[in-house]
Amino acid sequence: MSAPLLEAKQIGKRFGGVQALSGVSFSIGRGEIYGLIGPNGAGKTTLFNVLTGIYSPQGGTFALAGRNITGLKPDRIAAAGIARTFQNIRLFANLSVLENVMIGRHLRTRTGVVGAILRTRRVLEEERAIEKRALELLDFVGIRRRANDAAGSLPYGDQRRLEIARALATEPKLLALDEPAAGMNASETLALRRLLDSIRGGGTTILLIEHDMRLVMNVCDRVLVLDYGERIAEGPPAEVQRDPRVVEAYLGAPHAA
Amino acid sequence: MIRSRKAWVWLGVALIAATLLLLPFALSQAGTAWVRIANIALLYVLLALGLNIVVGFAGLLDLGYIAFYAVGAYAYALLASPHFGLHLPFWAILPIGAVVAAAFGVMLGAPTLKLRGDYLAIVTLGFGEIVRIFLNNLSQPVNITRGPQGIAGIDPARIGGFDFSRTDTLLGAVVSGPMKYYYLLLALLLAIVIVNVRLQNSRIGRAWEAIREDEVAARSMGIDTTLMKLLAFAMGASFGGVAGGMFAAIQGFISPESFVLVESVMVVSMVVLGGMGNIAGVILGAVLLAFVPEILRWTVEPAQRALFGRMLVEPEVIRMLIFGLALVLVMLFRPAGLLPSAVRKRELEAERPT
Repeated sequence: MSAPLLEAKQIGKRFGGVQALSGVSFSIGRGEIYGLIGPNGAGKTTLFNVLTGIYSPQGGTFALAGRNITGLKPDRIAAAGIARTFQNIRLFANLSVLENVMIGRHLRTRTGVVGAILRTRRVLEEERAIEKRALELLDFVGIRRRANDAAGSLPYGDQRRLEIARALATEPKLLALDEPAAGMNASETLALRRLLDSIRGGGTTILLIEHDMRLVMNVCDRVLVLDYGERIAEGPPAEVQRDPRVVEAYLGAPHAA
Repeated sequence: MIRSRKAWVWLGVALIAATLLLLPFALSQAGTAWVRIANIALLYVLLALGLNIVVGFAGLLDLGYIAFYAVGAYAYALLASPHFGLHLPFWAILPIGAVVAAAFGVMLGAPTLKLRGDYLAIVTLGFGEIVRIFLNNLSQPVNITRGPQGIAGIDPARIGGFDFSRTDTLLGAVVSGPMKYYYLLLALLLAIVIVNVRLQNSRIGRAWEAIREDEVAARSMGIDTTLMKLLAFAMGASFGGVAGGMFAAIQGFISPESFVLVESVMVVSMVVLGGMGNIAGVILGAVLLAFVPEILRWTVEPAQRALFGRMLVEPEVIRMLIFGLALVLVMLFRPAGLLPSAVRKRELEAERPT
């Protein structure tokens, strides 16, 4: 395997007396769909928030494509190439669907105050390119016909798709999805699975937190299992599924006596 | 169909432009005082448009906005009055005032980056008072602002040999000083409206909207929220600075009394009443709140004398009563403002309990 895209070493995070993450290490290869699972409170979202700069870790480092990005601010991490979605959807709810995705292009475009005021030809061209790309992405996730509706008015599943489109607009190397299938029915989940496959097909690596085990087992190349902030298993889904420690974490220890 | 609609729009624009251009001639028939009132109204429109960038676009509630107006006015006064014996040319001071005000905007923005909503409002309110109190007290030990006495004898706006304060005959028409200022302010207003519209519909404007909607999400999408908020404060403040410079030039005299808290509240009211985030709404709000009280002032007194034979209630009191009532009614029946922006309307409709 070539050099990993994301390499995390000994990540630690504590909130007061709670050790949310202790010494978590893992690496994600280019083009992988990497799952992150564990019981509630295992530290999945905390790890996510560390990797996307919302929290800074108390210990450990992580690097994206060989560049150390530990402790950078969220916008710098997004610039480095990690884009995310949120477990409890955080769209710009009162803006249009199209504007949401156009905002995702902020990072990869340049117009400043002077340019915006003078509205030079370059600025107008860039603006057209932003809109074109945003519409393409809406097409890609399948909600283009809602482009002019308020983001908050979309049905739940479409809001999740919009969050993915917005994240893709930042041209991420690693797309981090926090429970994208939450609240989706079976057919929506199936469509999501196809979407994840085609995102990977486009060369983007995916990190996926998910509770829908069938989705995880079907779509992920490897999964990392966390429990009480510690790494308890890692490997292909089929292997991890049989790991006694994983079974114990999810179902509780068999009666000893 | 579409073509004819476009024609109507152009006709409307032409009508508004003609009205605005001829307005001072009509007003001066009623007395030059009305032209001055129109000028004050235009100054308020400039202020409201500046504040709209901070409050309407970026969603940062600023209750001390008048401080930037003060900074602009004092920058002008200090650089063009006998107080220091400096008489820099008008075209140079106005941009200086804008830049100095922008610097003050960053000074206010930097320590308040982490504050939002009510907390930010309180700090900005304090900032506005601090600036006014400084102006009031910077007469000792070195006399910079002349304290409460204010600065008098400020140079009028003058470009080349053209003096905006003198009455001239131009193209066969007698044009008074206030009328000339009116046109100057109108030109400035046009420029500021264009800047506002273009900023709103740009990458920068979208970043501000994103911050207003959800700062965490904006940051995660790669928007440098620190930089963008400072930019909003600086841009808004610079407009305030320009308006302040014009105020100093027109009045010829300024003192800290002109920059009290009520003025900040007034400008915020204009933005909220008209429709936060919507440029046309903000202009409407500013014109209404600047003009209506003046009209009342001129009608309430004669009306009372005609009805009761004497003055029962001071016009100032009635003015404030009606002003308050109008605000309450607007908040009740049009909470998003008289001409709301589409976004704000959605937001308030979503929040309304069903």
